[in-house]
Amino acid sequence: MASIAEELAKKQRDISIAEFFEKNRHLLGFDSKRKSILTAVKEGVDNGLDACEEARIPAEITVTIKQAGTDRYRVIIQDNGPGIMKKQIPKIFAKLLYGSKFHALIQSRGQQGIGITAAGLYSQLTTGKPTVVTTKTGPNRPAHRVELKLDILKNEPQIIKEEIDLDFRLPHGTKVEMEMEAQFVSKGSSSIYEYLRRTSIVNPSAQIIFNDPTPSKFIFNRTTNKLPKMPKEIKPHPYGIELGIFMRMLKTTSKKTIQSFLTGEFSRVGSTTAKRVLKKVELHNATRPYTLTREQAEKLIKTLQTEKLMVPPLDCLSPIGANSLEASMKTELSAELVVTVTRPASVYRGMPFQIEAGIAFGGNLKSEGQAEIMRFANRVPLLYEKSACAITRSIGEIDWRRYGLSQTGGRGVPYGPLTVAVHMASVWVPFTSESKAAIASYPIIVKEIKLALQECARHLRNYLKRQYRRQRDQARIDAFTRYSKELAGAIADLTRGNKEKIAELIEESLVKNTKAMIKVKEGEQ
Amino acid sequence: MKIDHSSTIKKLAKLGEEVLEQLEKKKNPEIDVRLRSLNNVYFDEKDRLIRLGNKVQKRSFFNLNQSKKFMQTMLIASLCKELLEQDKPPLSIRQIYYALKRTLPNSNENTFDAQKETDPLIEDIEVIIDALREELNLIATPKGVIAGPLTIRDKTSGDDINLAKMGSAGYSVPAIVEKNTIDFKHCSADYVLVIEKYAMWNIFNRLKFWDKNNCIIITGKGQPARAERRLLQRIHDELKLPVYVMMDMDAYGYYIYSVYKQGSINLAYFSEKCAVPDAKFLGLKVSDYENFSVPKTALIKATKSDMKRLDEIKKYDWFKTKEWQKELKDLKNFGYKIELDSMVTKGVDFAVKNYVPTKIENKDWLD
Repeated sequence: MASIAEELAKKQRDISIAEFFEKNRHLLGFDSKRKSILTAVKEGVDNGLDACEEARIPAEITVTIKQAGTDRYRVIIQDNGPGIMKKQIPKIFAKLLYGSKFHALIQSRGQQGIGITAAGLYSQLTTGKPTVVTTKTGPNRPAHRVELKLDILKNEPQIIKEEIDLDFRLPHGTKVEMEMEAQFVSKGSSSIYEYLRRTSIVNPSAQIIFNDPTPSKFIFNRTTNKLPKMPKEIKPHPYGIELGIFMRMLKTTSKKTIQSFLTGEFSRVGSTTAKRVLKKVELHNATRPYTLTREQAEKLIKTLQTEKLMVPPLDCLSPIGANSLEASMKTELSAELVVTVTRPASVYRGMPFQIEAGIAFGGNLKSEGQAEIMRFANRVPLLYEKSACAITRSIGEIDWRRYGLSQTGGRGVPYGPLTVAVHMASVWVPFTSESKAAIASYPIIVKEIKLALQECARHLRNYLKRQYRRQRDQARIDAFTRYSKELAGAIADLTRGNKEKIAELIEESLVKNTKAMIKVKEGEQ
Repeated sequence: MKIDHSSTIKKLAKLGEEVLEQLEKKKNPEIDVRLRSLNNVYFDEKDRLIRLGNKVQKRSFFNLNQSKKFMQTMLIASLCKELLEQDKPPLSIRQIYYALKRTLPNSNENTFDAQKETDPLIEDIEVIIDALREELNLIATPKGVIAGPLTIRDKTSGDDINLAKMGSAGYSVPAIVEKNTIDFKHCSADYVLVIEKYAMWNIFNRLKFWDKNNCIIITGKGQPARAERRLLQRIHDELKLPVYVMMDMDAYGYYIYSVYKQGSINLAYFSEKCAVPDAKFLGLKVSDYENFSVPKTALIKATKSDMKRLDEIKKYDWFKTKEWQKELKDLKNFGYKIELDSMVTKGVDFAVKNYVPTKIENKDWLD
């Protein structure tokens, strides 16, 4: 019997994360050739923007795509960030789940530390070529160029080549290059162009340059020099903690007593609350956290969650700001009207979040068909799984007809020359899946999105009304002018007068009698 | 012969001058138009006429809802003036529509899109400048015929026409019978007999009723047009002839009588120029059925709509005399109607030789 167990034991071994990824890459956005290249660009740009923001540098990101064969492209992403310490390079770019953000509750673009390594891994799997990272940390420092691969079985980086790059021209920054099997689309809702355009809208302080393989160069300009406020890290709030995470925290905490664990590791739990709750669940204040049983832990967290606690601190978020959003939507969309709104921060399941919305109308926006929807989470555009997203759902639940737009049956996406943008900033965005493409529809989130959109829509309605009035006034004056000519002729015939002179009289009378109307028009502008 | 249109031309010119004056003062030009809707129509008990009240609507040019109408009104007025000045033959109201329809420069809008836009504006102008459509040289199609010892002069041709020498057809009532167009030269008739329908008028003409009874016979072939009514009034007023009216015995016949007598709601502003308040209703009356032993075969069962119409006219102020209310009540109770044509059941010449002379002799009429 033992031999069978031994046989089985030989086959049982740790499955490396990298190996797991190889089999489940669709979870991370590498399921098709078209989507893979977009995901790679997205991860690179996210990293670059994050790095610049942390270093308080106005970002300048250059994305270059070059064709390298049939269905094969080279992706080069360069930022002007602070650069990376040489010894960190391999781990950042070639070890999955390496990152500082996974355990922190802070508003950030990436959350899992998988992104760029996964892109490198995809590149390695489809072309066998290494990821090339060139980075420089300051003007007087050398630029290091490293060629990396990931050892799939061990989840460990492998350095293929390492050298000093004398051609790297930026004073500081990082350049990542990888080659991959891919399909390139130049325009459209899930194109790299669209992704960068939208990224530029929610990152007004960033300058983004895109060299596509055709080759064409696109520049998405910076619309503000004001850098976004740095988000603050916060401790988790008990309302949003699940048992599993709570138990892991119990095991890994450095706090010595259960009371200091509760007050020290969570938001809004003071010693009074902690003592009261511990008394309720019959635990001594000085109990060592790691000694709690599963049952005790469950009872403790459930009781804590029924307590009336203050909402977590809300100043930890960094919204784009209504003014900045308006400025960048105006620049990017060439619309006739842009209205934006930043809602006050709110909380879902103990997680602070904040909704911002913008509506652009008219101008160069296409007038046929449904409105363009732009979804953003923590300044990252969401391009896939549109219909599963709380943003799309919220838009569909608003009766846009009340705001002067057309919509089928008062539900769904409205029609017209319209772009609707919604941004959710949160310390933890509740995505519906690992591919981070759709926001889950928590009722409070849907409510906040709708409130933001309705406020924008009210401004739009007023604008449309004014515009309608203006058109009507113009139509009025046009009609009077048209009829004036006929009238002048008729009166000239009736009175044997001079037609031109009478026409002048009517013209003068028209000016005088429509003055009030014209005054209103000027007042509006 | 040239027809004198000068008074109407003056009225039209005055309308233009009033508008011009307002323009010179930089005012929003406006004209007062008397309302022609039912709520501005009343029955003048004293003169026994349906008249237009004094409710006025201002039509101004710098008011988008009225601007086009204002312009259209002036276009019609100026065309009328032009036609009058050039002494052109009168146009029908449909021809006016065509004459004025054109596309406004630099637009796809027309001055007029349908005749229903010109028609009410023509009536507006009649009211605004107090001139009849006929004086504006516009015509409705007449359909009446007339015969009898009356000689008229048609000034358009200068011909004298003896209405006693018009043969079996009679004389077609001209579209315009205004004084500047038609003059009465000679008349020896004692009264005028108005017959609702042509078929009966034809018998009266062929049997020379007008000759034997020294009268004028006229028919408007059902609901009369403007010209027949205007002519009848002129004959009554200027030649001082009494007028007797002979209609079918039903609500419609009675109403046509009232149109000859008091005028109509639609043309209330025209009543003064076309109604004959002295006209008498000779028949057919309910009492005639027994008095003249009309056979039962002449009766037609009154329909629902006949009854409904009867109730309606009963409520009109001009039918509110004791005699008429009784007549209408009797007719309702009788439950049948009798057409003039049915009198042939008593012989083709019964109406001519018996009915009308008897009625007039006995003064058996309603006022």
